[in-house]
Amino acid sequence: MNKNSNTYIISYAIIMVVVVASVLSIAALSLQPLQEANVIIEKKTDILVSVGQGAGADDAVDKTKYINDQYKEFITDSYAVNVKGEKVPGADAFALLTNLKSEYDKPVAERSLPIFVSKSETGEMLYVLPLWGKGLWGPVWGYISLKEDWTTVSGVVFGHKSETPGLGAEIATPVFEDAFKNKRVHWDGSEVKFSILKGAGSSKGNDSAVDAITGGTITCRGVESMLQVCLDGYEKFILEQRAENKNINN
Amino acid sequence: MSNKEKEPMFSAKNLKLLTSPFNQDNPVVVQMLGICSALAVTAKLKPAFVMALSVIVVTAFANLLMSMLRNTIPSRIRIIVQLVVIAALVILVDQVLKAYVYDVSKQLSVFVGLIITNCIIMGRVEAFALANKPWPSFIDGIGNGIGYGLILVVIAFFRELLGAGTLWGYQVIPQALYDLGYANNGLMLLPPMALVIIGVIIWVQRSFNKNLIEK
Repeated sequence: MNKNSNTYIISYAIIMVVVVASVLSIAALSLQPLQEANVIIEKKTDILVSVGQGAGADDAVDKTKYINDQYKEFITDSYAVNVKGEKVPGADAFALLTNLKSEYDKPVAERSLPIFVSKSETGEMLYVLPLWGKGLWGPVWGYISLKEDWTTVSGVVFGHKSETPGLGAEIATPVFEDAFKNKRVHWDGSEVKFSILKGAGSSKGNDSAVDAITGGTITCRGVESMLQVCLDGYEKFILEQRAENKNINN
Repeated sequence: MSNKEKEPMFSAKNLKLLTSPFNQDNPVVVQMLGICSALAVTAKLKPAFVMALSVIVVTAFANLLMSMLRNTIPSRIRIIVQLVVIAALVILVDQVLKAYVYDVSKQLSVFVGLIITNCIIMGRVEAFALANKPWPSFIDGIGNGIGYGLILVVIAFFRELLGAGTLWGYQVIPQALYDLGYANNGLMLLPPMALVIIGVIIWVQRSFNKNLIEK
């Protein structure tokens, strides 16, 4: 057969593409359930870690079961709120969380933002707000958990799709995340609710700022604007909660 | 190539295919291929290691498949066929990593996809697999993958140690040293330092292998 004839080349290309496409789709479809399960477990793990639970996940024999049990035990409630500060009736917070990007693609007024409520062994309530934003190369996301006063940060967890390892990707390491602990979110209508400042030590004495990462400036700016945009959506609801709390306390 | 049909699987010649890329014919420091990704994924040891494994799998199977197909491929669309095969393999690796070692695949992020552009794979397919039988091609792929991986791991070792004071994520430089005024060298985490380390490796290697020095 003449290997350089047009017929041969075209049929060769067609057959090759069809074969490769079917192999890849079979692989993608058969691995999809595993991958989706991984993503759900990752989200549950992140929520748990942000409230200081789920520490034994890496040592657990069956990580999936461990996380599901922990999640059932510590995450006691979840609901969604809109930008007007009302609870959205019938909203499934976890379903919203798995599709957070499309929620933030909507106009501000139409967003339903999930909140997860956790109760620790000592009865302390923590509120977890999921975050979604843009880093340098792709999406970044995170969870910020607030103490009962809705202001003091109890913990954060960040994640990213494709930040540079060793630089921007450091946002997802304990070194960066631990700096948020016991800092405060500025809810008093101020423009900046939380800042990430360039230069080591520049956040010293500032109770609502942390140091940025060397070599990860653009990622850090992304995280900062993510905090800004996402926390804005919760502000009305949280201000109302805080007002109610004060009434109870008085 | 006058390979006899009854050649043993690990003949001296095949073993040489496997081991020569480790040193004499190393894809990174002798053939100067794959430098780009050696700069990108070597800030930490663990991602570098998984990256090396993924590249070994892809070079081995790209070589194997291309060698099996070599007599059917029309020469005019040769490069396109190579690209399709390599890209398919890389997507498979990426999918498998996402399904079974999700945590590591998250760390490697974009770089798994970028294996497609790794010059070593195209280079070996073009230079070796298209002219040789499947088994020697497969071995050549593994050898070159390991040769690449070795350099990656060595660079990552120095960058993580000097840049972050850790190895495989564990702190190895004692706090006492920091108290004495030692500081991590942040420059090591930036890609240019990987290039400098490659340069040092080449220097060391050339001083042991005088025959590699160009006149």
